[in-house]
Amino acid sequence: MLHIKCPHCGMRSQNEFSYGGDATIKRPELGKEISDQDWDNFVYNRKSLRGKHWELWQHLSGCRQWIKVQRDTATHEIFKTLKANEEIS
Amino acid sequence: MTQSFRLESGGLINRDKKISFRFNGKNYFGYEGDTLASALIANGVHLIGRSFKYHRPRGFFGAGVDEPYAIVQLYRNGETEPNIKATEQELFEGLEAKSVNCWPSVNFDVGAINNFLKIFLPAGFYYKTFMWPKSFWYKIYEPFIRRAAGLGTASIKHDKERYEHKYEYCDVLITGSGPSGLASAYSAAKNGAKVILAEDKSRFGGTLLTSDVNIGNQSGKEWADSIVSELKEMPNVTVKNRSQVFGYYDHNMLVMSERISDHLPKTKKFHPKQRLWYIRAKEVLISSGSIERPIVFGNNDTPGVMLSSAAKEYMKVYGVLVGKKPLVFTNNDSGYETAIEFKKNGIEPIILDTRKEPQSEIIEEAKNMNINIKNSYVVVAAQGYKKVKSADIAKISDDKEELGSVENIKCDCICVSGFWTPTIHLASQSGNKTKFNEEIDAFVPGISKQNEKTLGAANGIYTLEETLKDSFEKGNLLSKKITNNENKVSFPNVVEKKSTVHDKFWCVPLPKGKNYKRFLDFQNDVAVSDIEIALKEGYRSIEHVKRYTTLGMATDQGKTSNLNGLQLVSKIENKVVPAVGHTTFRPPYSPVSIGAIVGREVGKHSKPTRKSPMHSWHEKNNAVFVDAGVWLRPRYYKRGDENLFEASKREAKNVRTNVGVCDVTTLGKIDIKGPDAAEFLNRVYTNAWLKLPVGKARYGVMLREDGIVMDDGTTTRISENHYHMTTTTAQAANVLSHLEYYLQLVWPELNVNVVSTTEQWAGAAIAGPKSREVLKKLFPNTDVTNEGLPFMGYMEGDLLGVKAKIFRISFSGELAYEVNVESDYGYFMWEKIIEVGEEFGIQPYGTEALSTLRIEMGHVAGSELDGRTIPYDNSLEGLLSNKKDFIGKRSLSRKAFVAEDRQKIVGVVPLDKKTSIPEGSHLVKDSNAPLPNPKLGYISASCWSVEHDNPFSLAILKDGKNMIGEKLFVMSPLKNKVIPVEIVSSHYVDPKGERVRS
Repeated sequence: MLHIKCPHCGMRSQNEFSYGGDATIKRPELGKEISDQDWDNFVYNRKSLRGKHWELWQHLSGCRQWIKVQRDTATHEIFKTLKANEEIS
Repeated sequence: MTQSFRLESGGLINRDKKISFRFNGKNYFGYEGDTLASALIANGVHLIGRSFKYHRPRGFFGAGVDEPYAIVQLYRNGETEPNIKATEQELFEGLEAKSVNCWPSVNFDVGAINNFLKIFLPAGFYYKTFMWPKSFWYKIYEPFIRRAAGLGTASIKHDKERYEHKYEYCDVLITGSGPSGLASAYSAAKNGAKVILAEDKSRFGGTLLTSDVNIGNQSGKEWADSIVSELKEMPNVTVKNRSQVFGYYDHNMLVMSERISDHLPKTKKFHPKQRLWYIRAKEVLISSGSIERPIVFGNNDTPGVMLSSAAKEYMKVYGVLVGKKPLVFTNNDSGYETAIEFKKNGIEPIILDTRKEPQSEIIEEAKNMNINIKNSYVVVAAQGYKKVKSADIAKISDDKEELGSVENIKCDCICVSGFWTPTIHLASQSGNKTKFNEEIDAFVPGISKQNEKTLGAANGIYTLEETLKDSFEKGNLLSKKITNNENKVSFPNVVEKKSTVHDKFWCVPLPKGKNYKRFLDFQNDVAVSDIEIALKEGYRSIEHVKRYTTLGMATDQGKTSNLNGLQLVSKIENKVVPAVGHTTFRPPYSPVSIGAIVGREVGKHSKPTRKSPMHSWHEKNNAVFVDAGVWLRPRYYKRGDENLFEASKREAKNVRTNVGVCDVTTLGKIDIKGPDAAEFLNRVYTNAWLKLPVGKARYGVMLREDGIVMDDGTTTRISENHYHMTTTTAQAANVLSHLEYYLQLVWPELNVNVVSTTEQWAGAAIAGPKSREVLKKLFPNTDVTNEGLPFMGYMEGDLLGVKAKIFRISFSGELAYEVNVESDYGYFMWEKIIEVGEEFGIQPYGTEALSTLRIEMGHVAGSELDGRTIPYDNSLEGLLSNKKDFIGKRSLSRKAFVAEDRQKIVGVVPLDKKTSIPEGSHLVKDSNAPLPNPKLGYISASCWSVEHDNPFSLAILKDGKNMIGEKLFVMSPLKNKVIPVEIVSSHYVDPKGERVRS
């Protein structure tokens, strides 16, 4: 079970969180024209990366905040966590 | 039976307390402090089971967790448990155990014929043998394998025992209480660290209990006892015996099973049988010691052949002799310690040492005791079937290739020592990159991935002094970093006998003309010849060899067999062992009972149960409940002898003719507040929300980004910046997360807050042509006329002194209202509704009637919004705004979603107007078409229409738009039904929707 540092609550066990996918995906702006390919990329296409990966988790059984977590998908090492409004650097 | 193999004195057992037990139907007795194994050996019982594949007789091989043979079926307090190691099971009064894997008895086992058929059961025999003919699999092969496989029988009864889970945090977790565990725990504890010391066995001390050493002028055991009692007194230390750390998971999470009651005849009242600890440790010190490894020779699985360390442990801990004419076969000094122990107890051992001229303090001592030592000698084969009777021995050449002439000597046990294998399981599980240590011929932990260090013998350090020094230091260093406190303990004076290097010899060559089975894996019956075959057949990777031959795949996970298997592969392949590498160690280190893993989450505790505030009213009024997610909802209210069908029909009919009331507390409710709330709803829902007036409700559908319908429900504008959203019962949690996702991550600029209020409000749906009459009585001071409260209107009301929210919304299709009050008033509200409704013939209705009403109305619910349908499929395309963008809109223009013959919801009526249509059935054009019959759609929901008094179903049908009036067939292979049907509109009742507005 992973140990995730919620930027709001501190170190908590994984069973308080739910996984939310790639954190680097930006939703296309509302009302803006977008090609089929770009839309498909937003909805469906994800890279299954090995290594460092920024991803979203929600602290579901805690503060309910969505957070950004930088995790190594191979080793599970967690390098950094950010609040929802903090930019990935 | 007398304990003919029990020593007169000695051991750590309590000879004042006799314990009687039964094994295979016979009565025996042992002493308090015995294991089942030590008590059986004391009684001269050496035949305990049959081997897995060849059904060869099996005895005892070890004295603890590494035991591959002595697995029994245990009976305790009316329960039975399989896969129990006799070497681990402590004796208790009334214990009963039976052999496994033998039929009809362990002494006469029919399966032993496999032993003579072994030429037909080589490596990979499953893969080779059971492939043809195909039809044989079900009838012959599978039953045979099922019968032959397994190590006991699981109980089919409900387990009455309780198992608990516990979460714990600590600074330092130490796994094992041998010298390294005790020393490191002691120095860490002295620095003030929060320490957990876990010992698998019942006694603390590990090898200190059996070795002849002196620490600080105390015997090893005395020193261990004094450290343990001091640790137990310290408030920052938790000391646990019978507790095995079996798994090392991510981020230093370790799992330990504590066997609280397994050693007792019966679990004490209010005590659990076992407790599973989830421990998050800042640092882990692995002090799991090492396991002696066998030397491979002919018939080395005969009962009586066992590890030399086990023989010593039986003598020193249990006062039991494993034999009276022992042969010790060793390639290192450890065998000498066992021989010396025999000699001290008046038994004459013979030592066969593979080494030519070894010299050390220990060997010197054995010589001085006049023990018969034969150098450069090996055991070629054990002789005897159910017990060792003699051994064929021979001199071996210096290059270990040539055997001298074979001679036979009498013996009743062969104690084998092939040196020591560090127990690296936990380190390896943690992700540690293990490395091969040439000196000890075994793998040891290398670079850590997590915060762990391995100490002592588990790290390949085999002298006590070095072990203690290293462990004191590591315990001190690691804890000091955590506590910033140093309280250094002085290092005690250590006296131990010096040993000399071991011989890297591990497998005795076969003598000319003999074809003895030489076993590597004792539990899965994998012999040297099996590995040779696998390699001949082209298997190279050790992982493949393992799976093909099942080497190391038994419940002991190859604790005694892995390294010898690697040695063999590397020898044949002409590689070095590290180049072959070892297979992956995975948790659990040793089998853990399923009960412990499940814990308290059994039966109705496997998930939480949610009840509405009106639950007790439903109970009192004969409600039959149904699980709706984690909620319990009334399915119907039983009157007299009614069944589900009759009751739900009555309830639904009453709604259509009079008035009914339904508990809708379970619907998800989300409070939405903020100046941008309208804009937010406008993006979340497919229809327009900006112009919804205060005091009005609107039905809305929300999509996922892929265009699939996520949920539906009504949302009401309570005030300018305040909305009350309802969701379906099932999707409530997901919808809240969904809203939070968009507010926090996608549109953080929107000034909106959302919070779940599901539990804050109790809800009752009052539906039926007479519902307004009921409402008038409930709210005498409120204008609930069609003008005062029109369809989709909202107002607050005073329900006989209680503040209520009244929504004029309808799921049943009738004139209907939903009344919400604060949860604490839910019961009051419900009672009042029943009371004032009596004169109008009000009846409560459950989910079954609710379904009937919505199905015949053609209202979609979870069975249509099943995560596979878009708005069009549910005839909800009218709710798609083309003036604005919303979540998922872009996906709706995908090719498949706009196909001309896209699936759409329809109604289905059987032609005979009698036959009920099973949900999940398929719709086909021709019921006699050859398989696979093309499927046109599926039945999503079925009911008995109370309006038309015939069966009616909803279906999602290909090209549903153009199928109205078509005649098709419903097929349900599961229920073996073929029903001719007609496709009709999904709006089977009141298609114009006049009633809700009346």
